[in-house]
Amino acid sequence: MKNAPGQPTPTGQAGLGPEAQFQAFLAEGRFMIQRSASTGKFVFFPRVAIPGSGETDLEWIEAKGLGTVYAITVNRAREGSWNVALVDLDEGVRMMSRIVNVETVAIGTRVKARIEPLNGQPAVVFDVLSPGVAR
Amino acid sequence: MTRSLRGQSAIVGIGTAGMGEAPGRSGIEILAEAGLNALGDAGLRLSDVDGVFSASSAHAFPTTSVGEYLGLKPSFFDGTMVGGASFEMHLLQAAMALDAGLCKVALICYGSNQRTAGGRLVSMSEPQWHETPYQARHPITAYALAASRHMHQFGTTRAQMAEVAVAARAWANMNPDAFARGPLSIDDVLSSRMVSDPLSTRDCCLVTDGGAACVVVRADRAKDHPKPPIYLLGAGAAQWHRSIVTMPDLTVTAASESGARAFQMAKLKQSDVDLVMLYDAFTINTILFLEDLGFCPKGEGGRFVGGGRIAPGGELAVNTNGGGLSCVHPGMYGLFLIIEAVTQLRRQAGERQLKKVDVALCHGNGGHLATQITALLSTSATL
Repeated sequence: MKNAPGQPTPTGQAGLGPEAQFQAFLAEGRFMIQRSASTGKFVFFPRVAIPGSGETDLEWIEAKGLGTVYAITVNRAREGSWNVALVDLDEGVRMMSRIVNVETVAIGTRVKARIEPLNGQPAVVFDVLSPGVAR
Repeated sequence: MTRSLRGQSAIVGIGTAGMGEAPGRSGIEILAEAGLNALGDAGLRLSDVDGVFSASSAHAFPTTSVGEYLGLKPSFFDGTMVGGASFEMHLLQAAMALDAGLCKVALICYGSNQRTAGGRLVSMSEPQWHETPYQARHPITAYALAASRHMHQFGTTRAQMAEVAVAARAWANMNPDAFARGPLSIDDVLSSRMVSDPLSTRDCCLVTDGGAACVVVRADRAKDHPKPPIYLLGAGAAQWHRSIVTMPDLTVTAASESGARAFQMAKLKQSDVDLVMLYDAFTINTILFLEDLGFCPKGEGGRFVGGGRIAPGGELAVNTNGGGLSCVHPGMYGLFLIIEAVTQLRRQAGERQLKKVDVALCHGNGGHLATQITALLSTSATL
């Protein structure tokens, strides 16, 4: 059963740590991030506690999937070029990702997540949602 | 009541080996030669060494590898590994160990043959699982991301970053030990091959061979050695993240804390510093660290380095050996900052010697703008 975005998924698979659980969700086609039930704080990358404050009451939430490009580079190698971006999710956490189907985009560009295989494993990538708005 | 380490220890010997290219020699061979050179400079023998400090990209247990190779049985040793900044941390660790009486003669040493062994940066750094799918090519990807953000937020330009590389080259052209010498213009940097936007090949440090070492003793023993002692007046460390993903703000490094701590211990301010040695793995580093260490306001670093301000003849002497960009960068560069600072403070820097130099700042950077360690060194004039 799939939860609506923003709704908690209280239990993951028994015995899996946060890293393996995140990957297991991705393999099911779900982009899930952690949130502290008591404080509402989000965390990424997935961990056993909120860094700095230590809340362990973490539940998995389906990410809304909307974000803004915070920084971006294009790796230019003999085997080709690809961008590597840092994306700030609307939930307030940052992740590394790739903006697909473009060489690069302006910082501030709004992007939307989807899951696609990248180098043999399911990964969160982003499509451009709207042209860059500097912030 | 805490006891300050200000002025309690001094560097009495420095040595280098295999600078640039050292074909046919291993990293530990280069390290050992540098160590022996530093001990000779200090008028000491191997048997005097009872403290060993080292970090390595090729040895899992560097202090045991060094101790075994040189036949040392140290009573104190520290292999703190925080990337290229490790050696500034070793300077602080050595000062503490000497002050506590845990050792009397500390040897800090490094050596690598990574240019002739493969020509690529060697690292034991493990991949970060949440970064892996995106094929980051660290370290350059991390630094390029920081540069992209600095440009976006403050209007910093590629030409301003190129000024950093051009200034470093101008200093290197006065240093016979520098690996990359010859003319280099802003246009040369701008037209060099793009590696990871916005950083081109000339925005990146060298990959060379090289070894370096320094000998540190208590200040009350420092005048027993042939060369004028160079005192450690202050040191401070800070680290905020491991992965570039979790660096809170890509335009502000933990140098803003490490520098403040070092200045506080040293009882000095920025205007007291005659020589600024910054870990310039990439051109953006110099700009970030000038800001975070308080030599210019945040966001102004690009404009600050313009017009040759940090080049020979400029207002502020920065990286007078030519830096990691043009002098030497054998994987980890931190110890070479100290070598140049001591060389300048001893007035042994030849053509590039600064006229007035009593205080030098060495700023080590480790990992992906992660670990920041600042040390302030001086002649006896400022002690």
